[in-house]
This record gives sequence, C-alpha cells and structure tokens, in this order.
Amino acid sequence: MAEYIHASGGPIFHIGRYILMIKRCFTRPERAAMYWKETLRQMSNIGVGSVMIIILISFFIGAVSAVQFAYNLSGSMVPMYYVGYVVKESLILELAPTISGLILAGKVGSNLSSELGTMRLTEQIDALEIMGVNTISYLIGPKLAAAITMIPILVVISAITGIFGGLVAGDLTGYVSSVDFTQGILMNFVAKNIYIMLTKAAVFGFLLTSISCYQGFYAYGSSIEIGKASTRAVVLSSIMVLIADFVLAWLLLN
Amino acid sequence: MIEVKDVRKAFGTQEVLKGISVLFEAGKNNLIIGKSGSGKTVLLKCIVGLLTPTDGHIFFDGKDYVAMGMNDKNEIRRELGMLFQGGALFDSLTVEENVRFPLDMFTKMPMSEKKDRVNEVLKRVNLVNANAKYPSQLSGGMQKRTGIARAIVMNPKYLFCDEPNSGLDPQTSIVIDELIMEITEEYQITTITNTHDMNSVITNGDKIIFLHEGSKHWEGDKVSLFESDNKELIDFIFASDFLKEARDARHDRLISKLSK
Repeated sequence: MAEYIHASGGPIFHIGRYILMIKRCFTRPERAAMYWKETLRQMSNIGVGSVMIIILISFFIGAVSAVQFAYNLSGSMVPMYYVGYVVKESLILELAPTISGLILAGKVGSNLSSELGTMRLTEQIDALEIMGVNTISYLIGPKLAAAITMIPILVVISAITGIFGGLVAGDLTGYVSSVDFTQGILMNFVAKNIYIMLTKAAVFGFLLTSISCYQGFYAYGSSIEIGKASTRAVVLSSIMVLIADFVLAWLLLN
Repeated sequence: MIEVKDVRKAFGTQEVLKGISVLFEAGKNNLIIGKSGSGKTVLLKCIVGLLTPTDGHIFFDGKDYVAMGMNDKNEIRRELGMLFQGGALFDSLTVEENVRFPLDMFTKMPMSEKKDRVNEVLKRVNLVNANAKYPSQLSGGMQKRTGIARAIVMNPKYLFCDEPNSGLDPQTSIVIDELIMEITEEYQITTITNTHDMNSVITNGDKIIFLHEGSKHWEGDKVSLFESDNKELIDFIFASDFLKEARDARHDRLISKLSK
C-alpha cells in the first residue's frame, strides 16, 4: 500500500489508482456494525454539518434570482407570476444541485481531504492497516455512502429554501406579490425535473466525496502537502461537478 | 519467531536495505538500532507489511509473509500489535474507544467483556481514569501507554515498537521501556523495537541488530555490545569523546553490571 502512496505519475496513473480505490470501497466489510456506525457519523458530518450554510446561501440565491428576473420582466408583457415559475425551475434544474455541489466541494471536500491527509501523516491509516482493516473500504466507503444519501437531501432543502427566498424577496421589494409568486411556483409542475435534480445531487455527491477522499488518502509528506491536497480536492471536485452538470443535463434532458 | 531472509528494499535507484538477514526470537525483546537514515524504519515497515521488500523473504513462524495473499496477510496482521512513534491514536475516539477498536472490529465479544478487557489492559499500562479522555487531552507518555494498550488488547504474538521513546523525557522513557520489557516477558511475545535511545538498549536489549547504511553491521546482546570493536557501532554508541573516555575508564565495571 505504502508504495502506492509514494508513487506518482501522470493523469492515467491517477485515474487508474482512483478506479482501484473506488473498487476497493465495495469490498465486504470486516464488521458491518462498525461501518454502519462510521456511516452515521459521516452522515452527521456531511449532512447535518452543512445544513446551515446550504440554507443561508440558497435563500439568497433564490432571492437574487427573483429580484433580477422581476427586474428583467418589468415593463414587458410577461405576467409577473412567471417570476415564481422561473425561480422554481432554475433552482430545481440547475441552481440547487450545482450551487450546493460547489459549496459542498469547498466545505466537505476540503474537510474530508484534510481529515484523511492528517490520518495519513499521523500514521493512523498505517495503524488501521497493521490491524488488518481494509482502510479504503472502512475510511472511504462510509463517506461515499453518507454523501450519496445526504447530499440529495441537502439539495432538496436548498431548492425549497431558494424558492422561499425568492418569495420573500419578491414580496419585500414589491416586484412580485407572494400570491403571484405562489401561482408561478404551482404552475406546470414536471416531476421529471425533481428526478433530474436528485440524480445530479447523487452524482455530484459521489464525485466530490471520492475525489476529495482520493486526494487526502494518498497525501504524504508534510502538513504543506495536506494543504496542497485539500486545494487540489476542492479545485478538481468543482471542475468535475461542472463537467458532470453539463453531461447530465445533456443526457437527462434529451 | 520472525525470520528476515536477505531482505532488500529500493526506492527507485536508491537501495535502502541491502540484503538483511536476521532471526528475531520469541519471548525476547529484539532491538534494531542505528543512525537516522540507516534503514531501521524501512526494515520495520517491511516486516509489518507496510512496505513490500524489493527482494527477500519474511517468515512469521515459518509462513512467508511477503508471498502470501491479502487475506492471509490480514490473518497474520491480527496477531500483530504496533506502537507508533507518534502514538497514531484515532483523534475522534476516546482512550477507551481507541483501545476497544480492534475488539469492536474483529471480535464478537459482548460489550461488557470488551470493556473489562479494555480496563484490564489500561490498568496493565498504568493508565487509569483516562477512559473518557481524547488523545489531544493526553500527555506524550499517556499517548504512548494508550498505544501500547491498543497494541496488546488482542493478545498479539508479535509486538512492534517504532521509536517508543521519541519525544519523551528520560524518566518517562524508562517507564515505557520497562513496560515493553515486562509485557514481552509476561505475554511471551516477539517484540521488535526500533530505537536509537541508549537507555532502551541497556534496559531492553535481549538481542540487538545494528544497521549502518542499509546493511546489518553487527548483531549481539547488550553485554557484547560494549565489547564490540566494530568501528561504526562504537561511533554510534559513544557519540561524544566524553562518552568514549567514560567507557574506557569504567569499561570493566559496566560489563560486569550488564552481565548480572
């Protein structure tokens, strides 16, 4: 194992090692109860720990979207309840999953990467290996499971909060009344969009968690390297979230 | 018993271990000594399986550890305990949870039995009333003792200690050395300690291997250590002129004391 940590190579090497890491996440656990306990801990870290920032940012994104769209519509022939409709659709299809993905790439990604990097540096991962624990499966598997479960929930919270933010902002600024905004929210509901939102959330959760864990798990050297690994985790996760966003939009909307 | 047979390890073109062969006997405290960069840690990591030797074999009671598959390796690993230089305690777990971790992961013992076992080993390493503390709340010596407790909680056949005294004051170092020695004798385990602390050598050196630039330069016990005429070994032990003069002046007395 340690050879793989000290090894370095080009993109093909990293992609290969990343795929092998993902494969090892799905090996049979030594004791399911311990993995379950760790998954619950990670669900709390990733999910509960990120609720407040998701609510805060989503509220203002919804509010800004409503105000700017209402500004664009003012003076046109388009009825103002369309503000509610557009805010709802843009949040469900794009803003809630993508903005949440990017926020979580920063918050959760750097956290996971530095947690694993520190465990590597302080020989905690070596200690687990010597005990005979499948370290990748035990340390990364529960994080992936927690992210794939909790990030869609966070994205739903984000969409609801964003729409609420739009409603409050429209009403407060006087651009669009809460009655008109609500009418817009309720019009033309497409269930498939919710499915797309949840699919995006699960894929983003998988990508940002696995990439960050990869960076942290294979970090070695000094604390400076852990900082660099965290930066790489955030940058690569963000880029992959945006690429996946495009690919999913293309695949799922066609 | 652990047998290391012609083990070589290279990182790229740099050969760190140059064909080391040695037999570590059961129930004895085996020490690997040598200067920084002599290959001690790499040898220890090869033995426990954190590094794979470039060439050579490592036998645990006759079973070739290098050649075996991951599942068989994991079986052997459950018979190993290791004390790391920095303790390597899990930050998010309390002392009790740290020590209980191998029991939680690999046994089906009821919780009450596990707690009894944890309290037994914590008492054995003289660490009482610390069960609920986190590693960050412990002193260096307490962290080492927690590490030893975690290493012996599964009744290992082999105990590995990487620089057990690093970062400790001389008095605490002696306490840790004595603890390792007592545990080795009490549980009749094969202990391999990697150190450059001369107090450890004098206290715990049932068998001593001296590494120099990746090769085994000398092998013996704590008595023969001071009678050796190996230049590198003498330079390592008596690093200063003061110590060399002290050795020359009190050589006979020192040997007779160690022989007792």
